[in-house]
Amino acid sequence: MVDKFVLGGKEFKSRFILGSGKFTLDLVKAAIEAGGAEIVTLALRRANLKGNESILDYIPKHATLLPNTSGARNADEALRIARLSRELGCGDLIKIEVIRDSRYLLPDNIETIRATELLTKDGFIALPYMYPDLEAARRMKEAGAAAIMPLGAPIGTNKGLLTRDFIKIIIDEIDLPIIVDAGIGRPSQACEAMEMGCSAVMANTAIATAGNIAQMATAFKLAIEAGRAAYLAGPGRVLEGMAEASSPLTGFLDAE
Amino acid sequence: MRVNGESLKLEVPCTLKAFLEKNGHMMDRVAVELNEKIIPKAEFSSIVLSDADKIEIVSFVGGG
Repeated sequence: MVDKFVLGGKEFKSRFILGSGKFTLDLVKAAIEAGGAEIVTLALRRANLKGNESILDYIPKHATLLPNTSGARNADEALRIARLSRELGCGDLIKIEVIRDSRYLLPDNIETIRATELLTKDGFIALPYMYPDLEAARRMKEAGAAAIMPLGAPIGTNKGLLTRDFIKIIIDEIDLPIIVDAGIGRPSQACEAMEMGCSAVMANTAIATAGNIAQMATAFKLAIEAGRAAYLAGPGRVLEGMAEASSPLTGFLDAE
Repeated sequence: MRVNGESLKLEVPCTLKAFLEKNGHMMDRVAVELNEKIIPKAEFSSIVLSDADKIEIVSFVGGG
């Protein structure tokens, strides 16, 4: 059986979602290709009057665009940004990002729940970025979320799965794809998230701030595939306070 | 008029399409809000701007 990742009714082979911020445009292309990412996030901003190079020229045509609502401080602003993004012809998928805190950039779960409801009613396939709180995730699901995107650590920190236990609770309790977004800094952390049962991992800064961007994108691709395979295989049990020999306990040399 | 937060004098009325072209924007790369209302691309050539208008011209950039 082929393992496919379904998001908003579309099927994907890759479970690596690449954020396209902090890159020069040619490196975005290299990262997408090396990482095999099929979903790429984008942001919407005022158009620059000088220089007409568009990031869209550097994203392969087969990639699915996932605009975010970054810059939104409340649900109404998120809806405005989402509608403008839709005018650019990238489809109905949208990553909801509602942030009021300017130091830690932590998402406002309450406004994000409201935004999920507003955007879903407006026809969007809403993927809310959130602080991993089970009740908030439940409400986002009730509001129509197509997936939940809990943070592993504050945006751009590369600190990894600081919230792992709470993400695990959401994986266990919410019957939607769970995509870890934000904070993942190393392939090993992406792998762990996938082993836990996440449906996909999103990474941006980890790749953009790496010494060799294409090589790190490849490393993430492999780590995400390895973690997924391990999850599907079913990780072995953990023994506490004792050991269990892997080699036979019979047939030792010199045994009488 | 106000364009992306900046004041601009519109000397003669022109269509939204002509205004965007004159300023070097590619039609398929921008979305436009005119007086807080999103304008579908199909209407770019029929809408005539006036100096009292407030326009937001947006496009995609890299982002997480």
